[in-house]
Amino acid sequence: MKTFRMGGVHPEENKISNDAAIEVMPVPAQMVVLMNQHLGAPATPIVQKGDKVKVGQLIGEAQAFMCANVHSPVSGTVLKVEPCKDAFGLAKPAVYINVEGDEWMETIDRTPDIKRECTLEPKQIVDKLKEMGIVGLGGATFPAHIKYNIPEGKKAEYLIINAAECEPYLTSDYRVMMEHAEEVCIGVSILRKALGVPNAYIGIENNKPLAIAKMQETARQFEGIVVEPLKVKYPQGAEKQLINAVTGRKVPSGKLPIDVGCMVSNLGTAFAVYEAIQKNKPLIENILTVTGKKLPSQHNYIVRIGTTYNDIIKHSLGELPATTGKIISGGTMMGKAVVNLDAPTVKGNSSVLVMDEGEARRNPETACIRCGKCMHACPMGLEPYMFSVLVKNNRIEEAKEHNILDCIECGCCFFSCPANKPLTDEIRLGKNKVRAMMAAKK
Amino acid sequence: MNLLNISGSPHVHSDESTKRIMWRVNMALIPALLVAIAYFGMSALIISVISVLSCVLFQWLIEKYIMKVPSTVGDGSAIVTGLLLAFNVPATVEMMWIVVIGALVAIGVGKMAFGGLGKNPFNPALVGRVFLLISFPVQMTTWPKVGGLFSHMGISATITPDQAVQLGVDATTGATPLGIIKEHGLDALPQAWDLFIGHLGGSFGEVSALAILLGAAYLLWKKIISWHIPVAFIGTAFVFSAILYFVDPIHVEVIDKVKQTMGTVGYIDPLTTILTGGIMLGACFMATDMVTSPMAKSGQIIFGVGCGLLTVIIRTWGAYPEGVSFAILLMNSVTPLINRWCKPKRFAC
Repeated sequence: MKTFRMGGVHPEENKISNDAAIEVMPVPAQMVVLMNQHLGAPATPIVQKGDKVKVGQLIGEAQAFMCANVHSPVSGTVLKVEPCKDAFGLAKPAVYINVEGDEWMETIDRTPDIKRECTLEPKQIVDKLKEMGIVGLGGATFPAHIKYNIPEGKKAEYLIINAAECEPYLTSDYRVMMEHAEEVCIGVSILRKALGVPNAYIGIENNKPLAIAKMQETARQFEGIVVEPLKVKYPQGAEKQLINAVTGRKVPSGKLPIDVGCMVSNLGTAFAVYEAIQKNKPLIENILTVTGKKLPSQHNYIVRIGTTYNDIIKHSLGELPATTGKIISGGTMMGKAVVNLDAPTVKGNSSVLVMDEGEARRNPETACIRCGKCMHACPMGLEPYMFSVLVKNNRIEEAKEHNILDCIECGCCFFSCPANKPLTDEIRLGKNKVRAMMAAKK
Repeated sequence: MNLLNISGSPHVHSDESTKRIMWRVNMALIPALLVAIAYFGMSALIISVISVLSCVLFQWLIEKYIMKVPSTVGDGSAIVTGLLLAFNVPATVEMMWIVVIGALVAIGVGKMAFGGLGKNPFNPALVGRVFLLISFPVQMTTWPKVGGLFSHMGISATITPDQAVQLGVDATTGATPLGIIKEHGLDALPQAWDLFIGHLGGSFGEVSALAILLGAAYLLWKKIISWHIPVAFIGTAFVFSAILYFVDPIHVEVIDKVKQTMGTVGYIDPLTTILTGGIMLGACFMATDMVTSPMAKSGQIIFGVGCGLLTVIIRTWGAYPEGVSFAILLMNSVTPLINRWCKPKRFAC
């Protein structure tokens, strides 16, 4: 079975919300739509206080190069346009909307029919991705229209769809495969057409046999879609590791996948592409897993983007268990701890993971015994223990020479450290210091 | 509601801990300890207990009164040092107090002087052992004869009193195989199988290759050690001594033409080389000490090869009959250098 070769760990999978079918979360009374839900500059708000908006109406326009359109996820009246703190406590420009009814733009096809034919040319597909505000849903939220606009002189040979879902707990991609396999395959075909590549490979970790079977069966009706079962090993779904597993190619340090002829998109993105291109539906909904070992019930929801964490918790759980210790947006390996539960969800969110006090606590740090486990777990072949020492002693130049910027922050080093050293924290700090040093030199 | 924890990713941790690693090493040393007790009797157990207790006590005292830091004796590393130190001394009555001095040097000089666990460049147990070897050369090389519990049970030991007389050694102490070879030539040696299961004289943890390999297999299974250092160490010692043996096998010939005295010349056969002395214990438990051995696999191979070469060189041409301790300590000293050369292979490089 295919896999990346170097390093990796095997955290407890905990896919306890696997069997919870996707439910629709009701629309709350008030919405906050952030203007930067993507990598790059914030979109410019084009609505004012008192404006009426419909579901799917453009409210934030991409004016900078690295930017994406933002659409209203609800219908109602604009309450105000002012900054709002996001889930991690950073103030971002936002549009507040008072929800009134649920009136959609007429252009959006809301019928349940599956539309298979796509007559658009590659250029038109990319333009429409921009119009619909599609961004990568694997976590980085890179604007899709920039990614699929291949630079002059580069050529894509492989399209790889990341359905590894190697993060513990997350099941949203799994549910999409189980419930929307055909739409996903249509979305993949559209992306394949946009790139002009002969084959698309859907990489799925082998702990999802039902999804693999379902996708294989569906993909048979499509030309050029190959389902690739992958070994269960974290971080199988990291971009460079996935490319290595599927094609055997390796993206060199500081290069992009397109430099080795590869393009990777998340499975959720493929589904959003289907809805955008075939149904004219902008990216206004997320598929979210609400899960946790100590929760009474496990859920997968389709949520309007802009619903706050508190709204989600209230609807799915009533209230948080008294022993809650941490709430994570994303999986346990790379997700971020939520600081502000009044913050709205944004494009690319995949879960609300509720951890118990006991699980959330870090064990006390002890002395490094130079066992080398961090080094052997590192999928990039780096020396995390050394970064820890260099960063603590502010030896930033040396950290750079030891390629600290190659780190993908997958967390394998900290996960495997018997001394509980917060290696990933220290490396993140070191990367920021290196970047600051490089910026200062310019 | 509680305040939420907002630490960075990853939010989960493997169940690996330093404490668990150290306790598993202690577990892995139990078979060798049992064999030692079976062959040498209760003195082996008593020395082990004294050694372990003194290591733990010295670490606790040093941390509390000199370093003034919270005690870390609970992590079990001092017990590993104590056991390994005990395994490196003969099971004689005198050792019951001498080993306390060894423990003080092992923990005090070998480990805590450098800042404690993880910071010591040399294997603490070996620092203690070598200190004792130099300070108490007679006591450290006076070996009790194998017998112990088994002789009470009516099972005869391999080196019989007849043999002992023939070897010219005192009837209450047995010579180590390497000592026998240095002084008497190979004919007097026990057979390889006896060496493997442990019917020979020696430091009490060094006698049974089988018991040590059992423990090593457990450590390999639990991924606490990897095969690289033990295989490189033992393999190099085997190949190097095989080359020497091939060139000039051990045999008896006239060594003083005037006096016409007979003596042994040539080199020991490779199987005897790897089954005698501390090679098995050293290769599986002491050279693999995480703190003092290289981290990259390539570095571990260099380290193992170096240990193997130095062991045979010291045994063959050095003044001491045994060279494992010195070989490992010498290689410990170049570990930082090996770590600097031997980097992991970077992704896409």
